[in-house]
Amino acid sequence: MSAPVAIAQDPPAYKLIGTLALAGLLSGLGIVSVYKITLPTIEANKAAALESAVFQVVPGAERMERLAWRDGQLVPEPKGKGDAVFAAWDGAGAFLGYGVPAAASGFQDTISLIYGYNPEQGKVLGMRVLDSRETPGLGDKIVKDAHFVAEFDGLVVSPKIELVKGHGEAPTRWTPSPAPPSRRARS
Amino acid sequence: MPPKKPLPPLSDEFIKGLWRENPVFVQVLGMCPTLAVTNSGINALAMGVATLFVLVGSSFLVSSLRAWIPKQVRISTYIVIIATFVTMADYTLQAVVPAVHKELGAFIALIVVNCVILGRQEAFAAKNTVVRSVVDAAGMGLGFTFALLCLGSLRELLGSGSLFGFSLFHFGPTSAYSFEPWVIMILPPGGFIMLGLLLLSFNAVAQWRTRRAAEVS
Repeated sequence: MSAPVAIAQDPPAYKLIGTLALAGLLSGLGIVSVYKITLPTIEANKAAALESAVFQVVPGAERMERLAWRDGQLVPEPKGKGDAVFAAWDGAGAFLGYGVPAAASGFQDTISLIYGYNPEQGKVLGMRVLDSRETPGLGDKIVKDAHFVAEFDGLVVSPKIELVKGHGEAPTRWTPSPAPPSRRARS
Repeated sequence: MPPKKPLPPLSDEFIKGLWRENPVFVQVLGMCPTLAVTNSGINALAMGVATLFVLVGSSFLVSSLRAWIPKQVRISTYIVIIATFVTMADYTLQAVVPAVHKELGAFIALIVVNCVILGRQEAFAAKNTVVRSVVDAAGMGLGFTFALLCLGSLRELLGSGSLFGFSLFHFGPTSAYSFEPWVIMILPPGGFIMLGLLLLSFNAVAQWRTRRAAEVS
């Protein structure tokens, strides 16, 4: 008769669970430590990137201030969190415009950008992309294509309607009416 | 009991990852980052270095703890270890080189599922000493980086007309390119095409060397 074959016993369940739990615990400790160590640098990088972006999208800006929308008006909030706009002035103290961060869905992920805006002139002063995960070579053209980015410099965004005498009608607010118009529109 | 095979020297463990058992050109592992982030030389280099860091760190830990990890939960434990190192690499890149981190985006997190790393843990680090495992990991990581650099530089050169960000084909005072870039080279099909061509060249060279060695001996 052959000798009995030794069958390896599976380790008890507590050992398996304990190993995974310990691995998870140590992993968590390691990740949190690195996160805490790198957090100040990462926050500083993000703030520096945003600041330099404001100066790029509002040409000529030398001073800026962070404003937040509170109770129906913009108030200075240098160290706040959350949505904010950045007011920018030139070296002589003349107000140039606002730097307005914005974000929306792109093809891959959210694209966050900042654009400069002057409300009096009704113009976009410039645009810079802050964060994008678009496909390199395709979607990242919004960052890399200098001609496209330059199109936003001085872009007029207020609607402008021109009337030439004898042609066209002044635009009136459309209201629904059950009956068709009784007279032909002047050509 | 059969006699134990003598272990190869440490230098051999290191060098095999660079050429003879190159993870990309010979083992054809880790194709996802290889094809995805090699549209420029800088991205390829950063991905290679991040993978090297994760590979060496994970091999060190897995080999040190191999006596204590029950084999029934070994894969889960390896993944936890690898994911920890990848997260550390992600935060470090974000802090030290934010521009490159922005370029690589989601592909840093995908290092976790890179077959090269889990494959080395299972095939080597779990069965060898710490020193051997670290040397093997360093060789494999450097071989992976070398492969990525080859692919990334060529794709960037042909697809963008530049190398590591430096435009190469500006001739004359106007800003118009003298070389019309092959945009396909920085798109996924170009990755496959270039990888196929490099695999072809690599195997041709390897075969020629084998023939030469056979003729000489």
